[in-house]
Amino acid sequence: MADLTTEFLGIKSPNPFWLASAPPTDKEYNVRRAFEAGWGGVVWKTLGAEGPPVVNVNGPRYGAIWGADRRLLGLNNIELITDRPLEVNLEEMTRVKKDYPDRALIASIMVPCEEEAWKKILPRVAETNADGIELNFGCPHGMAERGMGSAVGQVPEYIQMVTEWCKQYYDRPVIVKLTPNITDIRYPARAAHAGNADAVSLINTINSITSVNLDQMAPEPMIGGKGTHGGYCGPAVKPIAMNMVAEIARDPQTAQLPISAIGGVTTWRDAAEFIALGAGNVQVCTAAMTYGFGVVKEMITGLSEWMDEKGYASIQDFKGMAASNVTDWQYLDLNYVTKAKINQADCIKCGRCYAACEDTSHQAIAMSEDRVFSVKDEECVACNLCVNVCPVEGCITMEEVPTGQVDARTGEVVSGEYGNWTTHPNNPMAAE
Amino acid sequence: MAHSHQASGIQAGRLTADDIATNFEDLHHPFDAHEAAVAADRCYFCFDAPCMQACPTSIDIPQFIREIQGGQPTAAAKTILEQNILGGMCARVCPTETLCEEVCVRETAEGKPVEIGRLQRFATDTLMEKGVHPFTRDATTGKKVAVVGAGPAGLSAAHRLAMKGHDVVVFEHKSKAGGLNEFGIAAYKSTNEFAAREVAWLMQIGGITIEYDKGFGKGLTLDGLKADYDAVFLSIGLAGVNTLRAAGEDKDGVRDAVDFIEDVRQADELSALPVGRNVVVIGGGMTAVDAAVQSKLLGAENVTIAYRRGRDAMGASRFEQDLAASKGVKLMFNVMPREILGNGASAEIELEYTQVVDGRVTGTGETTRLAADQVFKAIGQTLEGAPQGLALVGGKIQVSDTGRTSVDGVWAGGDCASGGEDLTVTAVAEGRDAAMDIHASLMG
Ligand SMILES: Cc1cc2nc3c(=O)[nH]c(=O)nc-3n(C[C@H](O)[C@H](O)[C@H](O)COP(=O)(O)OP(=O)(O)OC[C@H]3O[C@@H](n4cnc5c(N)ncnc54)[C@H](O)[C@@H]3O)c2cc1C
Ligand SMILES: Cc1cc2nc3c(=O)[nH]c(=O)nc-3n(C[C@H](O)[C@H](O)[C@H](O)COP(=O)(O)O)c2cc1C
Ligand code: SF4
Ligand code: SF4
Ligand code: SF4
Repeated sequence: MADLTTEFLGIKSPNPFWLASAPPTDKEYNVRRAFEAGWGGVVWKTLGAEGPPVVNVNGPRYGAIWGADRRLLGLNNIELITDRPLEVNLEEMTRVKKDYPDRALIASIMVPCEEEAWKKILPRVAETNADGIELNFGCPHGMAERGMGSAVGQVPEYIQMVTEWCKQYYDRPVIVKLTPNITDIRYPARAAHAGNADAVSLINTINSITSVNLDQMAPEPMIGGKGTHGGYCGPAVKPIAMNMVAEIARDPQTAQLPISAIGGVTTWRDAAEFIALGAGNVQVCTAAMTYGFGVVKEMITGLSEWMDEKGYASIQDFKGMAASNVTDWQYLDLNYVTKAKINQADCIKCGRCYAACEDTSHQAIAMSEDRVFSVKDEECVACNLCVNVCPVEGCITMEEVPTGQVDARTGEVVSGEYGNWTTHPNNPMAAE
Repeated sequence: MAHSHQASGIQAGRLTADDIATNFEDLHHPFDAHEAAVAADRCYFCFDAPCMQACPTSIDIPQFIREIQGGQPTAAAKTILEQNILGGMCARVCPTETLCEEVCVRETAEGKPVEIGRLQRFATDTLMEKGVHPFTRDATTGKKVAVVGAGPAGLSAAHRLAMKGHDVVVFEHKSKAGGLNEFGIAAYKSTNEFAAREVAWLMQIGGITIEYDKGFGKGLTLDGLKADYDAVFLSIGLAGVNTLRAAGEDKDGVRDAVDFIEDVRQADELSALPVGRNVVVIGGGMTAVDAAVQSKLLGAENVTIAYRRGRDAMGASRFEQDLAASKGVKLMFNVMPREILGNGASAEIELEYTQVVDGRVTGTGETTRLAADQVFKAIGQTLEGAPQGLALVGGKIQVSDTGRTSVDGVWAGGDCASGGEDLTVTAVAEGRDAAMDIHASLMG
């Protein structure tokens, strides 16, 4: 069986599945149960400065979107950082770390953007013997209004500054958690790197309104007739998170920066994909909040099964393998020609490919009297829409037109030679 | 009184009233909103959907299912009812396994179609429970149309004609409307007086009067109607039944299945309805299955359907055959009745095995006997009471695609007319189409 142990920033854990800083990691009771269930590590629910803790709303704090069978696809929340006293959290962290020395325990922190505040809390955290800290620069609601969370994460200079303070006053690994509520994720990542961060973790939640109550004319979750934007997470955000992870992994300035990937990890496959894009481990919140801590078991067995099948002995063996294949559009091979092909034996004749292509794309699918659907090679631009709308997986495939054959649409022979936009004759800026 | 399957002869109360009530509950329990959402999600919204083509009333099925997906079952109901005003009944009684669901691409792909019928019921029930009638009448045209027979065909035509602004008088032989919806459809398909409720709901359109206990043979003539009305629509169904032509057919205990079913449908208290201990049903269609299953549900000990051809030739669909079998009905194929034996009342039936030679059924000479204190004849209905002077074809009133008969100003549809299968949904389609043609010719 594959070895799932990971060493992230020198922190060992039996598997790459950590619980993200959120309600699942809010207290000792939860975290002990999580470790018993098999989670490799936890990032404790974000701690605030000493003194009276923040308060949460007393009405609903989550909104959601669902599939038809109430499968939860996206969750949104307006919860703040921990609403329990710092002292209590620190005591609990100390006890838990002592009892579970083989699991990772990271302290998530969010205090005001002042050196004093960080200088004050870091030694207290160090006393817990936590394996490292994560700086919450991501929370997009509530705390951001007070100049913390994503309000910091959106200003690269602040990220660098706070990271530097942490590196100065704390001697274990410092992870900077990034907000996705920004135009180009590479800037905050570079800032964290410049501040000497040991790693970045991403994504935190995305600003969102999940639904509008059309009777009361207010967004959900609704508190006494009003609502506010909340942070979006769960399966729906994974594509956004993956792009951001890949952007950092392939940016020359941050390529060496370790990444803890977060956002929509629900099954082993999500984790494998993030790791293939360069993440050293993954963090999970919504999947645990939806199904309970038991979901980690499938993540573990599923990942090791797949690794065995592929012959990967350890996580390290496939980490980052897909990162180098993420490139810019301009470098894609314009001489690579494919055509959709409908496998008639699998086709159930629903006509969706036809409706999609005929109404919205390139009129490249023919429909006969007796509902036989076939691709017109002379029209097909290989956009892949039919593949995506076909309800039968694998029924429509994209077949490469081999070198030397004529592309029926353009009438040109497929050269087989790599050629991209940078040298394309239509490109006014083309390099000679 | 003790309840017993084994009580001899034809007896009431073979089961407790509670057991009988349970037995006659909805064949398919209705969807709740969540089940409907999940079932609707399975629909692929096919292009030029095969299901829609297979529906005799051409309901836009992907459209109404999408409206359910969107959380608007009432909008879905309107989509259904625009095409099929008895969409509520059809949702319950259509043999979907041989219509829309048979050709659903998910049936072809996985053997598990989108449950169109139950979704249709969910939509129409939601609308009808709100008590609203979604259609309004056009300005009155001053034209009068007579409809003879208040079954599905007649009601469908009447509604469409009234909607188009004509004044409609429906003449009905019986003292209740609905035709076989009220008197023929199996009780577990139309529970809680649905047929009557649906008629009352349909009548909300206005402009329709039903005159009961009137019809051909009860004071009406076609010439009289033609003189008094601008157009006439005939929808008198098939009031006659075929005879067995077996010896002993006149013995007590031998009766038409449709009469028995009518008793079941009209019974105030099913546990008071007598049924035999040993019941034999002769026939192979929907009527045979319904008579057999309902006998069993009333507590008959042994119920056998005796059909003279093989399984594949049976009019009842495979689903209905399996339904019968699941209720404990025995299906016998390739047997025909020779004689009903018994002293005054039926006690036994002698069946002869058959073979089909060149499409014709002939006896093999080998016989067998079954105990039979009740024998139901379900070997087909025939046109009866149709006015003279109409051209017939295959024993039915000859009609064009839009229901025109050989007599000017007279249209016909439903079971009494040629063309189409004898189904509720076909009757609705034919009534609607004839109404549109009547409208066009009156306004033309
Ligand atoms: C037992 C049984 C079960 C069935 N089950 C199903 C089923 O599950 N699903 C399905 O789709 N179909 C089923 N059918 C078929 C379906 O009921 C008929 O196809 C449908 O009712 C035909 O409608 P219609 O309006 O033509 O005739 P009918 O429903 O027969 O209505 C005819 C009406 O005309 C009246 N009438 C008759 N003669 C006269 C006259 N001379 N003057 C005035 N009025 C007259 C009758 O009283 C009746 O009200 C079943 C039929 C039977 C017999
Ligand atoms: C209710 C809730 C509370 C959260 N609180 C915090 C928090 O205190 N600190 C933090 O860094 N992230 C917080 N998050 C963000 C998660 O740690 C995580 O980044 C995000 O949910 C994306 O991962 P997922 O798709 O697996 O849920 C919270 C998320 C949720 C749903
Ligand atoms: S999940 Fe628990 S705390 Fe939340 S609303 Fe339900 S019962 Fe209350
Ligand atoms: S979408 Fe797929 S299954 Fe449907 S007709 Fe096209 S190829 Fe066939
Ligand atoms: S054939 Fe089936 S899947 Fe296609 S539209 Fe009809 S019900 Fe939906």
